[in-house]
Amino acid sequence: METPAIQVNSLSKTFTKAKIKALDDVSFEVETGTVLGLLGPNGAGKTTIVRILTTILKPDSGSAKIFGLNLSSQANLIKRQFGLAGQYAAVDENLTGMENLVMISKLTHLQKRTIKNRCFQLLEQFDLIEAKDRPLKTYSGGMRRRLDLAASLVNTPPLLFLDEPTTGLDPQSRLMLWESIEKLVKEGTTVLLTTQYLEEADKLADQIVVINHGRLIANGTPSELKNQLGTSIVTLTFNDIQQTKSAFEIVTSDIKNKSVIEETSIKILTEDGPKTALQLLRLIDSSALVLTGLNISEPSLDDVFLSLTGLNNHE
Amino acid sequence: MKSEQLHIKSESRSNNIKYLRSAYWLISDILTITKRSLITYTRIPQALFFSTLQPVMFVLLFRYVFGGAIPIKNIQYVNYLIPGIFVQTVLFGSVSTGIGLAEDLQKGIIERFRALPMSKIAVLAGRTVADLVRNIFVIIILTGVAFAVGFRVETSVIFFISGLLLLLVFAFAISWGFTIVGLSAPNSETAQVMSFPLIFPLTFASSAFVPVASMPSWLRGFATYQPVSVLIDASRKLMVNFPSTASNWTVDETLIWSVGALIVLLPLAVFKFNRSG
Ligand SMILES: Nc1ncnc2c1ncn2[C@@H]1O[C@H](COP(=O)(O)OP(=O)(O)O)[C@@H](O)[C@H]1O
Ligand SMILES: [Mg+2]
Repeated sequence: METPAIQVNSLSKTFTKAKIKALDDVSFEVETGTVLGLLGPNGAGKTTIVRILTTILKPDSGSAKIFGLNLSSQANLIKRQFGLAGQYAAVDENLTGMENLVMISKLTHLQKRTIKNRCFQLLEQFDLIEAKDRPLKTYSGGMRRRLDLAASLVNTPPLLFLDEPTTGLDPQSRLMLWESIEKLVKEGTTVLLTTQYLEEADKLADQIVVINHGRLIANGTPSELKNQLGTSIVTLTFNDIQQTKSAFEIVTSDIKNKSVIEETSIKILTEDGPKTALQLLRLIDSSALVLTGLNISEPSLDDVFLSLTGLNNHE
Repeated sequence: MKSEQLHIKSESRSNNIKYLRSAYWLISDILTITKRSLITYTRIPQALFFSTLQPVMFVLLFRYVFGGAIPIKNIQYVNYLIPGIFVQTVLFGSVSTGIGLAEDLQKGIIERFRALPMSKIAVLAGRTVADLVRNIFVIIILTGVAFAVGFRVETSVIFFISGLLLLLVFAFAISWGFTIVGLSAPNSETAQVMSFPLIFPLTFASSAFVPVASMPSWLRGFATYQPVSVLIDASRKLMVNFPSTASNWTVDETLIWSVGALIVLLPLAVFKFNRSG
């Protein structure tokens, strides 16, 4: 079997000054040529994982391998194998697009005579050729992101880390970026991308790792994650949050299914939708609460996410 | 026996090539970062203009406003003043190294540098070298201003230029100290206010504007022997042949201070850079 592109083994990291356990015993693997979506809410530890895997940060314990190379002892070899587009576009405001790419190419130690060509090629690929001689101050958010991505590709790396690549972008720029990523994947690049958006993970990723509070809470293909939840989801809707809370108490004290509050709705995961719905209707009917909506549906990835990172999930 | 020797020889040769190659990339990385900082200065000409204007105003202020009230034996005040202004200017210039670094750290470009195969020392060295270049630029302009307000070299052109080189070397060493400030500060504004308590006593409690003999006795000891005064005295000696009251070896002492500062501060800054992040 081929060596996985990434092997993560029990990584832990505590920021001692802030007393935050950012990562707690996280392990996973990424097969070469696939896309891993690292999914989690703000503060889950996504950036910390990316920073460790890109040799920027040292873990407290655990180990990781990139294409079989050891993170702690072979960092300099590893650095030539990946490109990184960080959470905040890490480009120089005062330099032009071209100057930025040439600078990064030089610091990546590419051969001098190949640099100009490569930079032109990337500017073309990301539709920035017309803006190449303008300082980045004049770029839009989407253009900056594209330049950032271009800069992470100067050495045509087989592995790409993208930390929340589309956060803060308008829908159109997001679509453009998705297309660029899909194209890279088609050409054989392995990608680890972090996101807070399920839609993004669902669209781009072959495998999804969900983390929350530094812990891995799920790992599988998008469809595996959906199956993990049972087959149906029953949604009850009420007029206000107060009623929803009371209803949640009643429901969770009576049935043992996984259930979650989401604003004025309660979602209950079940094997048998109609049967559970009936049972719930009887319960609500015998209370003074007023039901305003009832729905039986297939679970979406959003539901998976909610129940896994679960505000109030009930085992 | 012979083959063993050959083997050792070829091994040391391949080692030499390895060292040569990393030295080549180290220099290349430093130049790339230096170029980046210098381009930034040209893209924000206002910053460069005002940081040059400030010492010019100091020259005018002390030459024409305070100068008349500060008589110094055996020397025209303008000749006494200018070496002091030169030193103050390059030291303020080295403060901006830390401020610039703190600003870069805030923006995330350094995060990218950390993940590249480049040398880490180059991230800091590129900055200090760029600020050395900037100091040279400012000093050239200031020399023109100095001559315009009546400053005259009392030694020779060679000695005068040696004086300029001496203070540039000292400022380069000190700028490594300010990279440590830049690495410790959460943002550029804080880096700036952290720098003032370090740089003000050194530049003002010195022989830059008035003879230390005029200061109260509790301050005189510090003001006489602290390294910035030593540098100012050395510059005066080289530029206008004005002897120091403290020592006959101020040039040598300045060089020792500079090398000592570099030996301590450079590794500390690199250590701090590797640790942070
Ligand atoms: N350098 C740091 N110092 C202290 N705490 C940090 C640092 N970096 C991240 N954290 C904390 O660690 C946790 C995980 O952060 P991060 O990996 O950035 O999350 P995410 O990228 O998923 O939003 C957060 O609580 C964050 O505040
Ligand atoms: Mg993050």
